[in-house]
Amino acid sequence: MRRFWKSGDPFIWLSGGALAFSLVMVAGLVILVLVNGLGSFWPSPIVRLTLAGGKELMGQVAQREKIPQPGAPPGTPERYRIQVRVGNRDLYGADFVWVEEANIVRRDFPAEAVLIERQEWGNLYGFIKEVRDGDRVVARGPVDGWKGLQATLPGAMSTSREIRRVEKKDIGAINYAQEQIRLRMKKLGMRDREGSPEVAQLQQELETLAAKYRVQEARLAELRQSSRQSLVVSAAGDKVKELSLAQIVRAYQPNAMGLWAKSGLYLSKLWEFVAGEPRESNTEGGVFPAIFGTVMMVMIMSLVVAPLGVLAAFYLREYAKQGAFVSAVRIAVNNLAGVPSIVFGVFGVGFFIYLVGGSIDRLFYPEVLPTPTYGTGGILWASLTLALLTVPVVIVATEEGLAAIPGGMREASLALGATKFETTWRVVLPAVMPSILTGLILAMARAAGEVAPLMITGVVKLAPSLPIDGFWPFLHLERKFMHLGFHIYDVGFQSPNVDAARPMVYTTALLLLLVVLVLNLTAILLRNMLRRKYASSTF
Amino acid sequence: MATRAEMAVEELRGEVSVRASGEGQRGYNRGVPGDTGVQGQAGEARTRMEPMIEIRKLNLKYGEKLALEDISLDILKHKVTAFIGPSGCGKSTLLRCLNRLNDLVDGVTITGTIRIGGTDINDPNLEITELRKRVGMVFQKSNPFPKTIYDNVAYGPRIQGLPPRLAMDEIVERSLKGAALWGEVRDRLQESALSLSGGQQQRLCIARAIAVEPEILLMDEPCSALDPIATAKIEELMAQLKKQYTIVIVTHNMQQAARVSDYTAFLYLGALIEYNLTKQIFVNPSKKQTEDYITGRFG
Repeated sequence: MRRFWKSGDPFIWLSGGALAFSLVMVAGLVILVLVNGLGSFWPSPIVRLTLAGGKELMGQVAQREKIPQPGAPPGTPERYRIQVRVGNRDLYGADFVWVEEANIVRRDFPAEAVLIERQEWGNLYGFIKEVRDGDRVVARGPVDGWKGLQATLPGAMSTSREIRRVEKKDIGAINYAQEQIRLRMKKLGMRDREGSPEVAQLQQELETLAAKYRVQEARLAELRQSSRQSLVVSAAGDKVKELSLAQIVRAYQPNAMGLWAKSGLYLSKLWEFVAGEPRESNTEGGVFPAIFGTVMMVMIMSLVVAPLGVLAAFYLREYAKQGAFVSAVRIAVNNLAGVPSIVFGVFGVGFFIYLVGGSIDRLFYPEVLPTPTYGTGGILWASLTLALLTVPVVIVATEEGLAAIPGGMREASLALGATKFETTWRVVLPAVMPSILTGLILAMARAAGEVAPLMITGVVKLAPSLPIDGFWPFLHLERKFMHLGFHIYDVGFQSPNVDAARPMVYTTALLLLLVVLVLNLTAILLRNMLRRKYASSTF
Repeated sequence: MATRAEMAVEELRGEVSVRASGEGQRGYNRGVPGDTGVQGQAGEARTRMEPMIEIRKLNLKYGEKLALEDISLDILKHKVTAFIGPSGCGKSTLLRCLNRLNDLVDGVTITGTIRIGGTDINDPNLEITELRKRVGMVFQKSNPFPKTIYDNVAYGPRIQGLPPRLAMDEIVERSLKGAALWGEVRDRLQESALSLSGGQQQRLCIARAIAVEPEILLMDEPCSALDPIATAKIEELMAQLKKQYTIVIVTHNMQQAARVSDYTAFLYLGALIEYNLTKQIFVNPSKKQTEDYITGRFG
């Protein structure tokens, strides 16, 4: 036995086994997220169920599970139930129903069954009865109705897109300008200059804007008038629903679709998810604002943490006299990395938001008060909080890099007549660059996955606008933002419609993994480029 | 070890016959080393005999420990002077006094004077960077910067103020030629210096040191990590370089000292035991300790 242990074989197996176990766990996680996340966009068929009592249901099967039968004698046949997404929340009240398989008399997959994704009230399942234009019936019946819908839908959708654009862009810009003028007037008022010519001029501008607003409003009314087409759908349970075409996001007949059509739909849904805005309290639509918020927050954090951490590490390693005090500082920095992130969040709220942000508001934005500008959570404060959270990582990595630089290299530079600063700047800094990037990679990975401190420093469920837009100064660091990590928590645990939101949990998690991967890969590529440039010595 | 040292001595015995100086051991403490021994070479111009470096009563302490004790010697211009001695005898420390690299070490105190070209280098008003531009150094372990070959050589000149691009190309080429490396790297100046072999790296370090045109070149065991072929190249190079520079070399290898140096100083336990013409030291040492060391009886 002793001999066996000494041979080293058990150790090889032990270490290999540990690695294999870790890999299996990680791979399992990734595969779970991949399968559940990517599968959720595939259009599954619409099933029509006839139950024992003659009741009809129509929808998509979401999951199937065994019904637990506690105390049943052995040999009892197992019973199963299925969860069906019946949609039509406005008609039935709930999106999902459980059906016991034993109660199902008949299952079929009618080809004309249509699935309509709507702006509001979730999916609608049914058969097309009529397509109308105002009071006039354009097409009737499931087959002709589908054709009629195909013909009119693109026009109706472009009209509704135009309506949204006018509402958001044109009218939004006018509202923004009006708000700015009002604030300037208030500012002048605070300085007792109410009667000055500036005020009169602002008043003038306000009136011009009001006139512009009326023009846009008229245009909006006109657009709304033109989109009078509607669709009448008969749903299971003898219900009839009439809805405006402007409400429709997407309509398709999954049972009649071939593989290619399904693939096309899959890609379009995937694109909507990545590039679209959320709908239906985040359970439908896309997560683009969350992706944007996550990436931007990590970027701002990197911009802050890299110089801060690197400079601190340089002082600790290159300038500070090594001794008990520096060792204590080093231990403190290392321990800082282990402080729970929520503690940093609390500090962020107390220091950044209330103290710094509140002071900025009092000094620079007194006209907006009591509404806070910087004195409330925002992307800047969240990024700074995370920078504080990750600064130990950068310090430690940089310090280790500095310690690994041979002393001979510094001496060589000094012996050439360089000063200490020139040596640090021209020799030590380039040599330590790969270590700095390693630290930054670790910091970014940590920051992108962190949620707890963000929840109290600026992340929201739904941000009305991105931190970058077309209004001066274009970068709005005081704005609240959305974040993929928080989005997972929100759709998974805070959603009013948990069943409908479940696929979003996986897809969002997948996306977060991807974002972290892309951010890290970029930094790793950069580091390897640097390393190649100064190929390591074999000597 | 003994045999190697003896071989070196044998080698020398054949070609020189210099009269041993009876009281040579005092001679080194004032003026030119071995003035008795150099009679035969009086043909050499007197101007070339002027001391480049004058060290007087140099004491160096690491904390309380005396590392160099009352050292006085003159190093001549355009000569190769070797410091030999067993490990820990202070030869590297002495070398590093010459460009004040010991300043970096905590707890070092130096008394006595070192004059280079007449200037006291321990003068507090002296710009240390100016001194180091005049006194270049090559280290035991080759230590190129993690930069391109070109940038390594251009580092020193750039530190001293950027000459125009063309002039820099010229400096780089001249320095690499001076270090006998140009032919091997002319086509890959933009590659990393760390891609060179050990011997090439060491010659690159020499090129880097001479790029700033120093007057003195200090070499701290420059060949100790190199194979014999690379060593031969560097030694050849030193013979070339001494036409332009005053070279001080620390070496463990007595054959090397015998081959490359004009003068040799033997240090033991922080004290200068003997300093004379290399031939004199190896053929006819005046001190028992020196003889014991070069014949390999200790060290």
